[in-house]
Amino acid sequence: MRIGVVTFPGSLDDRDALRAVRLADAEPVALWHGAHDLDGVDAIVLPGGFSYGDYLRAGAIAAHAPIMAEVIDAAGKGMPVLGICNGFQMLTEAHLLPGGLIRNDVGTFVRRDQALRVEQTDTAWTNGFTAGQEIVIPLKNGEGGFIASDDELDRIEGEGRVAFRYLGLNPNGSLRDIAGVTNERGNVVGLMPHPEHATEIGFGPDTADAMRSGIDGLTFFTSAIRALQAV
Amino acid sequence: MPTIVVDVMPKAELLDPQGKAVAGALARLGNNEITGVRVGKRFELTTDGPVDDATLAEVRRIADDLLSNSVIENVVGVTVVDGATVSTEAGTGETVAP
Repeated sequence: MRIGVVTFPGSLDDRDALRAVRLADAEPVALWHGAHDLDGVDAIVLPGGFSYGDYLRAGAIAAHAPIMAEVIDAAGKGMPVLGICNGFQMLTEAHLLPGGLIRNDVGTFVRRDQALRVEQTDTAWTNGFTAGQEIVIPLKNGEGGFIASDDELDRIEGEGRVAFRYLGLNPNGSLRDIAGVTNERGNVVGLMPHPEHATEIGFGPDTADAMRSGIDGLTFFTSAIRALQAV
Repeated sequence: MPTIVVDVMPKAELLDPQGKAVAGALARLGNNEITGVRVGKRFELTTDGPVDDATLAEVRRIADDLLSNSVIENVVGVTVVDGATVSTEAGTGETVAP
C-alpha cells in the first residue's frame, strides 16, 4: 500500500506525515506540487504548513498547483485523500470539501493538545474509530475557524458529513464546533488538528497512562489502509 | 496603463475576526465613534493594452475563481481606473479619477 504526501512550497508537516504513513505500515511516497504525477499511489495526504506563506487565502494558491489537477481527478474516482490543517484549507479552496477556514476568532495562533469527538466513522480515514469516540491530537493554527452559511451547515450535518467536532473548548470559533468534514462519498476528509503528530509513543500528546504516549492519530492512517484493502 | 481594481470583502453575515480586532484596537485607543470595522482586500491588475469587454469578463472570472472564495467572501467591485473607460459592477458605481 503506497500513500503519497504532497510537498508544496511552505509545507511544514510533510515529513511527519510520511513518517506517520510508515508507522502505519504503508509505504510513504514523497510527491511534488509542481509535477502532474501521483507516482501510482493508492492514497494522498495534503500536509500542514503555510504553503505560499498563506498569501491570498490559506491554501488558495496551492489549491491551483499542477498536481492538484491529478489530486482532484483521483478524489473524484474515489481515492482516499486526507487534508491536514493547510491541506484541509486547500481541499476547501479546491471545492473538494464544503465550507471555508478563516482567522481564529481569538485573534491569535493556537497550539494545544485538542480533544475531538469522531462524528463519522464511515470514511476512508476514520473507519478504525468507534462512533462518538473521543480522541486527543495536537492542534496548531492561526486560520482554523470553520465557517459556512447556515443552510450549508444544516445540509452537511444532515448528510453526516461532519467528521470531527471539538470537545471542551472551541479553539478557533469554528461554527458548530466543527473540526473536520468529509465529502459525500467519504473518501476525502479534512481537519484542522494534526493526526500525524500523534502516531508514535514518546512523541504524541500526554495521556493518563504516560507523558507523550498519545497515538490516536495513527488510526487515521491505518483506516486508510483498511479502506484500500477492502476495495 | 489601465488598472483594473477588484474589491473583495468577507461575507456580511459571516465573522470577520480581523475587522473585530481592528475595532477593538480603535476602542482601546479611545475612539468611541466608530462602531464597526470590516477588513477586505483590494487587488490592482494592470494590462499593457486597452481594457475591453473581453478583458473585463476575464477579470471577473479571475475574481470569482482565484481572487475570492465565494464560500467566505464576495467580490464587491470590478472597476477600471486610469483609462477612458470606467466600468463598475455590483452597484459600487463610483468613477475614480485617474
